[in-house]
Amino acid sequence: MSQLFSKKNREIFTAPLGIDNPVTVQVLGICSALAVTAKLEPAIVMGLSVTVIVAFANVIISLIRKTIPNRIRIIVQLVVVAALVTVVSEILKAYAYDVSKQLSVYIGLIITNCILMGRLEAFAMANGPWESFLDGVGNGLGYAKILVIVGLFRELFGSGELLGFKVIPESVYNIGYINNGLMVMPPMALIICACIIWYQRARNKELQEK
Amino acid sequence: MDYLSLFVKSIFVENMIFAYFLGMCSYLAVSKNVKTALGLGVAVTFVLVVTLPVNYLLENYVLKADALVEGVDLSFLSFILFIAVIAGMVQLVEMVVERFSPSLYASLGIFLPLIAVNCAIMGASLFMQQKEFVSIGEATVYGLGSGIGWILAIVGLAAIREKMSYSDVPAPLRGLGITFIIVGLMAMAFMCFSGLNI
Repeated sequence: MSQLFSKKNREIFTAPLGIDNPVTVQVLGICSALAVTAKLEPAIVMGLSVTVIVAFANVIISLIRKTIPNRIRIIVQLVVVAALVTVVSEILKAYAYDVSKQLSVYIGLIITNCILMGRLEAFAMANGPWESFLDGVGNGLGYAKILVIVGLFRELFGSGELLGFKVIPESVYNIGYINNGLMVMPPMALIICACIIWYQRARNKELQEK
Repeated sequence: MDYLSLFVKSIFVENMIFAYFLGMCSYLAVSKNVKTALGLGVAVTFVLVVTLPVNYLLENYVLKADALVEGVDLSFLSFILFIAVIAGMVQLVEMVVERFSPSLYASLGIFLPLIAVNCAIMGASLFMQQKEFVSIGEATVYGLGSGIGWILAIVGLAAIREKMSYSDVPAPLRGLGITFIIVGLMAMAFMCFSGLNI
């Protein structure tokens, strides 16, 4: 049991949550991180879906890594991921129809989410199933963390609500506060992401570029 | 729908990068240099123009409800079939580029096969499925317009980043941070097209 959660394995899991975050450091998965965060609920659902898909895709590819011919490597990875995404998409359509309508094409776009191809190529093709699972869950949660932070700011300041519940009281509106409409639009997602990167690099000087 | 209106809308109003954030990863990675940015943009446009009509035919004659056999809805297979078509087409484009322009092939390097997993290509096919175009011409025009919008975005960013290399950016913002802010400001500028109605 201690071997399963050894120091090395714990690092595989915790690195993507902080210093090696897939969105802000590895620059992967930007597309959906910006597009689905106008409200908090789709952001959470997207984060969870990607975590599940990355974890299981990592495990499956890791299990068959020694038998894939090199020439069709990418196609095999794409087919595995496409099958997983189809399953998750059908589940979401069945149990969370409103959110799946809000997410529209971005669920299908998880197939081309750079985090998936990036982790499959960089980690699952060279490591065992358990480590790949930890890596998948870690990267998925790191991605979900950024989505939740951006979604939080955008929904709170853009519509004064969180998960559909009014958070900013009526009295604040009465003294002249107005919802920041730009927050719900694409540009602010980019600028909030830039601020997160700014904050992270100011705290971790080794991430700064020359 | 009017082809011109669709064409203009897909370049400016529904810009792949600034409105839908599709293709961001390779967009951010290749936009340091105008020449390579233009090369990648043209490659992405070419793949779009080639894959969208094929996926349109697949969608209308195989995947839609009652398309292939009465009472059978194969739309759950759309993800797998679309990505297979895209991967195959990109392989074809790679071979064509290697044959006719070895210098472009060398300068694009790994990014040419990576177009297969570019969200913009898959996203365009999925949007085409959602928008339910009525003819293959519309699908092709949509692909061409989306590609040109992508080229505008990436060449614009590359030009700005080339000039930015002489600026004094604070250390934590250098590189990725300032790029995000630039793209955010460009997206704000493109928002002014949202009322466009041809």
